Amino acid sequence: MEKLQLLQGVAAPLPRANIDTDIITPAKRLLDANRETMHQHTFEPLRFLADGDENPDFILNKPGYRDAVILITGRNFGCGSSRETAVWGLRGLGIRCVIAESFGDIFFNNCFQNSLLPIRLPGETIAELLAEAGNDQGNMQFQVDVANCTLTTPSGRTITFDLTPDRQTALLEGLDEVGQTLQEDAATAAFQARDRKARPWIYDLGTVD
Amino acid sequence: MSQPTTLFHKLWQAHVVRSLGEDLDLLHVDRHLIHDLSGARALTDLQERGLAVRNPELCIATPDHSISSQPGRTLASSPFGERLGGGLRKMAEAAGIPFFGLDHPNQGIVHVVGPETGFTLPGSLLVCGDSHTSTHGALGALAWGIGSSEVVHVLATQTVRQRRPQTMRITVDGELGQGVEAKDVILHIIGALGVAAGTGHAVEYAGTTIAALDLEGRMTICNLSIEFGARMGMIAPDETTFAYLKDRPLAPKGGAWDQALAQWRGLRSDEGAVFDREVRIDAADIAPQITWGTSPGQTLAITGTIPAPDSFVEAEQRNNTELALEYMGLSGGQPIAGTKVDRVFIGSCTNGRLPDLRRAAAVAQGRTVASHVTAWIVPGSAQVKVAAEAEGLDKIFLDAGFEWREPGCAQCVATNGETVAPGERCVSTSNRNFVGRQGPKARTHLAGPAMAAAAAIAGEITDVRNLTAVAEDK
Ligand code: SF4
Repeated sequence: MEKLQLLQGVAAPLPRANIDTDIITPAKRLLDANRETMHQHTFEPLRFLADGDENPDFILNKPGYRDAVILITGRNFGCGSSRETAVWGLRGLGIRCVIAESFGDIFFNNCFQNSLLPIRLPGETIAELLAEAGNDQGNMQFQVDVANCTLTTPSGRTITFDLTPDRQTALLEGLDEVGQTLQEDAATAAFQARDRKARPWIYDLGTVD
Repeated sequence: MSQPTTLFHKLWQAHVVRSLGEDLDLLHVDRHLIHDLSGARALTDLQERGLAVRNPELCIATPDHSISSQPGRTLASSPFGERLGGGLRKMAEAAGIPFFGLDHPNQGIVHVVGPETGFTLPGSLLVCGDSHTSTHGALGALAWGIGSSEVVHVLATQTVRQRRPQTMRITVDGELGQGVEAKDVILHIIGALGVAAGTGHAVEYAGTTIAALDLEGRMTICNLSIEFGARMGMIAPDETTFAYLKDRPLAPKGGAWDQALAQWRGLRSDEGAVFDREVRIDAADIAPQITWGTSPGQTLAITGTIPAPDSFVEAEQRNNTELALEYMGLSGGQPIAGTKVDRVFIGSCTNGRLPDLRRAAAVAQGRTVASHVTAWIVPGSAQVKVAAEAEGLDKIFLDAGFEWREPGCAQCVATNGETVAPGERCVSTSNRNFVGRQGPKARTHLAGPAMAAAAAIAGEITDVRNLTAVAEDK
């Protein structure tokens, strides 16, 4: 996984609640699931008009916000389907951090598998951040410091956010979970040996044929 | 005496391989379901990393999302069927994972196949790369949906890293009114609590109403847990559960069955167990539901009125209501009943099981689908289809003018190309009415199978209780 230590850039305000992963990645785009090209369809229903042209009112299409690296949005962001393509698409658009009052649980977890940092902050703070990000056509720089768990706004305000130590380490060092867990395989083998005696039916399945 | 414990904690504790920190555990995965949308890709990722599937015997794979539901279908009948369904077959077989292909008697939607084959068991920990995996909690399993990186993790290690969620118990007591079914119960709950109330929680459903439901109804309830944010929904196993599982092909047999049963009987929250949040619902308050908006929480009693944006105080809610009404082509302040529909879809992992089809057939029997409506019945699995045909349900539906189709996800998500056309209005027994879910600009109203069948007959959203009353008069 790619490392994420210090992030600096524009934050795009998207003040809308309950943006589900079907909006972030429409279902028909899942069929061709490709990490590299998924961003072409990200936010499709919001980002493009019916004729396929860009919707000039959508924040990431506006001058100044096209290169945003942070997204500030409404509560329950990423609810719905488990599709990790939603995270791939955001990454493909250049977003490395999403700030919201709350997130869908599966999306929140998927972010950490892809070096994208989701930050939960109280509703009032979000409202203030949205306002600040909306000022000055997006020419203002926000900064996220993963090592110190701080977000610094263009006005110089510093806000701390929560991040569990394991996730912080994984982001800072770019650690991969599969690699880490494979080193625990002896513990898994021991668990299965014990468990097989207690619950043999879990391991000895019948057959359907 | 030991602390009273919740069902959730018992299930969790039994699967801890190792603690990885405060509230973070490495858990053993007993059961893993793989489908066509992400399965081949995950297995390919694994192969490219030079890793093997650790326990292929604890998996099953079946195509459901990408395949056609057309009668007489093959993999080639849908745009991506061959690539995704065929790819899954190739990769699953190479890895030694049991595979239920289109020609297999156990093919179907993963969340229908798991329980009906006895793959899903009380006390098991089950994951799948699909958010509706919460369905399996209806059997007293600890089950939740994971992302595709986690699917690779499970394949390689047979474990999952998971943070312990908070607990919530939703107790529903009392008898359901005439024409009210499990789908109405859960839509009512989501409407009452809001679409994010369960976020970060594992939910246990309890109470006399839940206990009186059949297993399929309980699955409908657990299925929609994710629609109010809860990754895990569960119901303590009881005699209904055990009777459902007995003699299912993958369930334990003989001595192992007796041994399992003895353990399963202990799988319930102890008297006095403390939950982080408790909610009580009175069954008498629940009417047949229909959603009016673009989120499952935007639901109404069928006798209700579509809300007007200015009926909300909060600006955000006003705004959401306005957006939803515009998308749905509805005006606030109007009764929802009488809204004309173009399509009806009865199926999905929410309501594609035999009792669901029976309830729809009871409404359809001797009636005719309105001439402007295209109505589909898509059984959740090949087993459901065969069982329904043995009872003659297919004939009832066909006589009434419904299409009787092949098992799969079909129009629930329309990734197989079976979309609802832009601007068309569909009453659907699935679980998501999101913007574009059934196709670009498709308008979805969620309801139970009886309400959906009634809409097909009437050609408009209608109270199924009126139809039933007419039938009883005759
Ligand atoms: S039926 Fe619908 S909700 Fe269920 S698994 Fe298939 S696509 Fe997902």
